[in-house]
Amino acid sequence: MAKVLRWDVLVGALLIAVFAAGSLTSPGFATVDNLSFALGDLGEIALIALAMTMLVVAAEVDLSVASVLGLSSALVGSLWDGGMAIEAIIPIAVLTGAVCGLVNGLLVTRLGLPSLAVTIGTLALYRGLAYVVLGDRAVAQFPPDYTALAVNDVPGTPIPYPIAVFVLLAAAVGVVLHATGFGRALYAIGAQEQAAFFAGIRVKRIKLLLFVISGTVAAFAGVVFTLRYGSARADNGVGIELAVIAAVLLGGVDFDGGKGTLGGVIAGVLLIGLLRNLLMLGDVSTEIQSIVTGLLLIVSVLTPRLVSLVRPALKGSP
Amino acid sequence: MSGAPTLALANVSKSFGAVRALRDVSLELFAGEAHALAGENGAGKSTLVKTLAGVHRPDTGQVLLNGEPVVFTGPADAQQAGVAVIYQEPTLFPDLSVAENIFMGRQPRRTLGRIDRKEMHGQARRLFERLGVALDPEQPSRGLSIADQQLVEIAKALSREARVLVMDEPTAALSGNEVARLFSVVEALREHGCAILFISHRLDEIFSLCQRVTTLRDGAWIASEPVAGLTHDDLVRRMVGRELGTLYPKEAAELGEVALQVDRLTREGVFTDVSFQVRRGEIVALAGLVGAGRSEVARAVFGVDRWDAGSVSVAGRPLPAGSPTAAMGAGLALVPEDRRQQGLVMELSIERNIGLTGLGSLRRGVTISRTAERDRAKDWAVRLQLKFARLSDGVGVLSGGNQQKVVLAKWLATKPSVLIVDEPTRGIDVGTKAEVHRLLSELAGQGIAVLMISSDLPEVLGMADRVLVMHEGRLTAELSRADATEESVMNAATGRAA
Ligand SMILES: Nc1ncnc2c1ncn2[C@@H]1O[C@H](COP(=O)(O)OP(=O)(O)OP(=O)(O)O)[C@@H](O)[C@H]1O
Ligand SMILES: [Mg+2]
Repeated sequence: MAKVLRWDVLVGALLIAVFAAGSLTSPGFATVDNLSFALGDLGEIALIALAMTMLVVAAEVDLSVASVLGLSSALVGSLWDGGMAIEAIIPIAVLTGAVCGLVNGLLVTRLGLPSLAVTIGTLALYRGLAYVVLGDRAVAQFPPDYTALAVNDVPGTPIPYPIAVFVLLAAAVGVVLHATGFGRALYAIGAQEQAAFFAGIRVKRIKLLLFVISGTVAAFAGVVFTLRYGSARADNGVGIELAVIAAVLLGGVDFDGGKGTLGGVIAGVLLIGLLRNLLMLGDVSTEIQSIVTGLLLIVSVLTPRLVSLVRPALKGSP
Repeated sequence: MSGAPTLALANVSKSFGAVRALRDVSLELFAGEAHALAGENGAGKSTLVKTLAGVHRPDTGQVLLNGEPVVFTGPADAQQAGVAVIYQEPTLFPDLSVAENIFMGRQPRRTLGRIDRKEMHGQARRLFERLGVALDPEQPSRGLSIADQQLVEIAKALSREARVLVMDEPTAALSGNEVARLFSVVEALREHGCAILFISHRLDEIFSLCQRVTTLRDGAWIASEPVAGLTHDDLVRRMVGRELGTLYPKEAAELGEVALQVDRLTREGVFTDVSFQVRRGEIVALAGLVGAGRSEVARAVFGVDRWDAGSVSVAGRPLPAGSPTAAMGAGLALVPEDRRQQGLVMELSIERNIGLTGLGSLRRGVTISRTAERDRAKDWAVRLQLKFARLSDGVGVLSGGNQQKVVLAKWLATKPSVLIVDEPTRGIDVGTKAEVHRLLSELAGQGIAVLMISSDLPEVLGMADRVLVMHEGRLTAELSRADATEESVMNAATGRAA
């Protein structure tokens, strides 16, 4: 009975429904080219969602990811403009992201501040730094070898390189979450932190690591974003933290921690991607797109609660 | 007893999926009578309580109020009808103060509906005085020990001035003094015509407080009878359905070298200058009143709390302060007192909980071996006679006593060399209690050093090779097995020691 209404299965079904509706209403939708493009367009959100999943399972959150993405993009632009080799720039940008994550993590674990508050603060801070680094300028003309890597498909497949990276990372995160001691520890921390601590799990160290991973991945996503659009700007990726969190929550990860599967999150990411693509094909304005993201966020938080309210009633007694 | 019972259950059955928690059970509570409910872990006692409280609705059968059938659609209905309930697990709001918890939803008001905090704190203070408890009504509920939480729940139920008072293991975490105070308050209520339902695994308490007792076994009604004329063994036989051996079988074991050495351990404002050692093969009990600082010492030794001065060493090696991971590495295990917050992750399954202390040893390559995880859980579930449907079930649906067994399993599975147990048999029935005691004795026999905190005096006297007594954060006595008596321990615990 309980299995029938599993949330991640529900989202999977919804995904198929949206896909079907899209193919019927929008002629350009169900083509290999468009879907490949839609996947590519999803790259940064999908990558960041992996790290975010681990954080939310452990009952933490990182709202600063889009700003780290922006800072990374600004750094890439500024250093490239200054004549540095791209091979050196990329590691520096990614490392900067790790440091941003470390700062978040230290504030949360050493000072015991709630991550929601800390990362709202650093959301503003890191974006501000991005403007300090690059100002209002846009830097372009990156080496074609690299921009091609961010856009092109893996030869012989319709899968863009960033998505191939995502698939590899997702496999790794899936194993970590669902089959390793580290994953077990994450769920325990999210569900009952004190009991996890009493069981000898190094709660603070693990949380710190999660924030560092989150910052690192966000900065890497910043590099991908910059090369994909061939343009480095301080305001790159503004607001995508909401799309990421919507995808994670849609995927059935409980914002209170301790629950959720990676399979669900992948379904959530794809769902967000398809919807964004459909809205774009329909020439819907960015304002409406943002309204849709907001509604999805609310729905994804609300629906599991409604289901858990309704489910006992379906069974007859509490 | 004349007239209709104040509150009664008639032929009530209740199932959860395949588990038949209550089968055709009847029970009558009369004004002016204290009624005990006895039964093993998982017998259905708490389910019966929740049925009386309106939390569960019976599948079949009726609830009767003054002889008339009623349907409680929720706890609010039962409260309205004058039924006050103390649940087995405290359910306080951690962010509210003690007084706010007590008067939740019924705060005394001033004009314009503003809450009269002064009046509220005054009333709470008077309740605590009646119970003889030194708790500050204005302090936040977060961080209260399990015993203090229990006392707040008791005060909350008393404040309702109910006609029926239902208490599900209210004494499980309390020591002698608090129990005596509680009983005198309950006795007074009973004389004023309150009907009482009382649950406890400490059978002596049933004999001293109650007039009638109903026994359940596996959800079925076994007997309802007067307590007078019943012996301890009679009651156990009804609960267990067979004879039980002696209850406290600690066998003399060969004492080895010092396994745990605690030197002048101090945590400011909590405990001071605590020094003791535990040898391999020895069971040392830490006795004292609630609030004496026993659990706090245990927590500091295990590293979940910090300490300000002193040292702890295991097998001669000093332990770093504040690291449970290091403590576990050195062979220490702590079965904590609060199973809901510290002992278990309620959302996780039985096997995941038991596996949580062995994430390292369950590893095969990078990943956790599901078979190893399951075997570890199964092995200990069987050894502790855990009552469960599937190992993948959440621990949250287990009965209180069975949850406690999962906590024990989780720590025994780490094969510790020093085992600290904080109220190891809290909420555990007589049969399993004997089993836990046999197990502790066996572990000591294998050379494990055991430090046992217990508020259950017979357990302390029966199990311990040595008894350390704490009073207000200091060790006040060290008694050998021969010198430890109910009197000598209580004297030291209340600070009356010579
Ligand atoms: N919400 C629930 N869902 C599924 N099973 C339940 C639920 N509540 C209780 N049970 C099962 O019903 C049985 C009776 O449980 P109950 O809590 O009433 O026992 P108890 O007599 O109070 O035991 P204890 O002395 O350990 O507190 C147990 O097998 C328990 O696992
Ligand atoms: Mg119970």
